[in-house]
Amino acid sequence: MVEAKKVEFWRWPETSWVNPDVDWKKGKFVTAGVDVGSVSSQAVIMVDGQLYAYSNTRTGSNSPDSALKCMNMALKESDLKVDTIDYCIGTGYGRVNVPMAQQTITEIACHARGANFMYGPEIRTVLDMGGQDCKAIRCDERGKVMKFMMNDKCAAGTGRGMEVFADLIRVPVWEIGPRSFQVEKEPPMISSTCVVFAKTEVVGLLQEGVPENEIMAAYCAAMAHRITELLNRLGMEEKFAITGGIAKNEGVVKRLEKELGVKATDKVWHAPKMRDKGLPFDTQIAGGIGAALFAFAMLERGKAQSARKA
Amino acid sequence: MLANYGFKDGSGDWFLSVDTDKCNGCGKCVEVCPKKALEVGEDEYDPFREEPVVKVVAGERKKLRYTCAPCKPGFGENPAPCAAACEFGAIAHSDGWKLLYGQNSLNG
Repeated sequence: MVEAKKVEFWRWPETSWVNPDVDWKKGKFVTAGVDVGSVSSQAVIMVDGQLYAYSNTRTGSNSPDSALKCMNMALKESDLKVDTIDYCIGTGYGRVNVPMAQQTITEIACHARGANFMYGPEIRTVLDMGGQDCKAIRCDERGKVMKFMMNDKCAAGTGRGMEVFADLIRVPVWEIGPRSFQVEKEPPMISSTCVVFAKTEVVGLLQEGVPENEIMAAYCAAMAHRITELLNRLGMEEKFAITGGIAKNEGVVKRLEKELGVKATDKVWHAPKMRDKGLPFDTQIAGGIGAALFAFAMLERGKAQSARKA
Repeated sequence: MLANYGFKDGSGDWFLSVDTDKCNGCGKCVEVCPKKALEVGEDEYDPFREEPVVKVVAGERKKLRYTCAPCKPGFGENPAPCAAACEFGAIAHSDGWKLLYGQNSLNG
């Protein structure tokens, strides 16, 4: 029997990065944030509040293993050891199962703090489009949460929904955004809010012979519409930033901006030092950055003791 | 901070909001909740807050529509016991019920 090779269109690449300009040995505190989400896990290492290393990996079926995997990947290219980290905070859906973490903080607090660091203190509304939920957060100039609302009951408007769609339409998940604009005219959006019913609707459209790109446009538009409702319910205030995996999908982001009538802040580092050097900017690490920054603040304020072992 | 627990689904908004700036963690609402859906503990959304605050028990957050339903049968004329018990007005329920059935649906 010959088995067909299965191509997984939802699989996005895992990444890691070490900042060559930061020497962790010269820092006072090495802190870490481990964000174990439902779909992806990130480890972020910071030295005195400066980004040192990060990784972005897929979450497996087991939270502790996923946490270890992303931490090992972040430190793969570095001579820093896990035992040298002074304080580690776990966040995300699987935060209680992060073995190396001394403390946990909710991802809502971490994403607001992380977005404040990444996009700058003028950010007032943060939209985290995660793997399995969508959070709209209002924050102040320090990145402190003022108000939040989340949708974690339904997969519409989430990364997992997009992955399911990618697999169904047999297009790599990162191509959906660009291809959704290669249409003659914007099609009506997928009417079902539910991912399962949306899938049924997409199958129907494929059978009718609707061009794939148009279906992608219709799906991205539906997702943007769903998220707009959440943001309007919470109340928008500029500046507005998007974190999480769907922030990388311009098909959703541009349609969301159009429907809201508000442009999302550009995906570049707020800190001039980091922006001018063109350091990689990954919207998925906002939660990890927030957690690592909270860890640093805890040590500095004397609210936590260093747990460094080596 | 305004913490909105609950969710929005196809049938409406089902939120219980806690204004943490008004809450002093006294726990009167916890005592009156027939479903034991509230608890007093550390603020999950502000790691630097020292005072305890009321929050929805984690296991109830995704089913608040059903958990809170028995306290909202009258289309919202009477505040739910938790909201009534709070002297600072820190707790509020969304109008999902009203939106779902209409304000005057009982009278036709």
